[in-house]
Amino acid sequence: MTEVASSAEGFPKKVTYCGVCSLPPEYCEFGGTVKKCEEWLKQHHPDMHEKLYSQETIEQNLSTLSLEAQKRAEKDSQKKAAKAASAEAKAQEQRANSKVLIKRVERNKRKYVTAVQGLEAFGLDIKKVAKDFGKKFATGSSVTKVPGGGEEITVQGDLSDDIYEYVVETYKDIPEDNVECIEDKKKKGGG
Amino acid sequence: MFKKDITTGAKSKVKSSAQRGIRAKVLEEYPRLEPYIEEIMPKKEQLDLVKLPDRVSVYTLGSTPLFFQHMDDELLPHLSLVHRYPSCFPRLRIDRGAIRFVLSGATLMVPGLTSLGGRLPNDPEDEEGRYGEEELDAGEVVVIEAEGKENACMVGVLKMGTAEMKKVKKGQAFEAGHYLGDGLWGLNLG
Repeated sequence: MTEVASSAEGFPKKVTYCGVCSLPPEYCEFGGTVKKCEEWLKQHHPDMHEKLYSQETIEQNLSTLSLEAQKRAEKDSQKKAAKAASAEAKAQEQRANSKVLIKRVERNKRKYVTAVQGLEAFGLDIKKVAKDFGKKFATGSSVTKVPGGGEEITVQGDLSDDIYEYVVETYKDIPEDNVECIEDKKKKGGG
Repeated sequence: MFKKDITTGAKSKVKSSAQRGIRAKVLEEYPRLEPYIEEIMPKKEQLDLVKLPDRVSVYTLGSTPLFFQHMDDELLPHLSLVHRYPSCFPRLRIDRGAIRFVLSGATLMVPGLTSLGGRLPNDPEDEEGRYGEEELDAGEVVVIEAEGKENACMVGVLKMGTAEMKKVKKGQAFEAGHYLGDGLWGLNLG
């Protein structure tokens, strides 16, 4: 291996990452969410923003490419931005449409289990949420498969109201209107 | 390699004997990390091994990924590690035009390195000696930086020696690697 002249720098080097696209800010321009990244940087690291988004730098960046390549790059980045925007809109719509259902299922006359469906639409890892439910309510809690496909969390005991409260409080991403409690009287003899 | 978003598989603790092995291997492959190895993977700390799809595994310390590996190939550094210790790895530089292709996961082609904005070892325009003097051979692990940028944007294995690149000036330069914004980068290790 070769000698490195710059090894005198202090390490580890601290690198700032963009809060929007998670790349180092200098690469934001390739991420498709440039506008948002720029705003974020302006708010959180104004000095860096000045350096990266000054007129001078932008011009310098452009001058290194040929005219044709510039146009292509421009087109490409626009496409990318549009794609990112539409993906976000889609995710938001899905979020608005999907519901979290909390079902109280009668198991054995006075005994109940609570089934929670639809949490995964809000980007939650249901395995982890199941574990949290179990810890919070001190009961058994597991992820079970639903016949129609997909998975739900089954919590032992009648906890529908508690879970409702807990879900609304801990996961701020989920609007309260989208959480619903229903009572399910599924009974197959033998009670 | 990680073009799509990936989900983590099982996470397990690394045996301390295996941990010593990894440490030795890292030092052998990247001797310039020696002064910092104690910061990167302290002897006392417990490393974790996270399995990913396609037989890739990642070694992590707490929630920071350190190295990843496909089957028993070379240990490749995660980009966040490269960002922290940039001068400890052999580096090359690509020109500005190639950045957007690299960041969308394309194979890096040689012209991106040989053109005016790119840098290979022994480049006449490389005054600081930043990119080394020795030619690199195919199969070596190399970090890719970009023209006008401070931080690295890709890690990969060379497919063609740098001496050959200078002669041929076309073709693929890299095996699929790990780039900024790919699945491995966006991985959430909770």
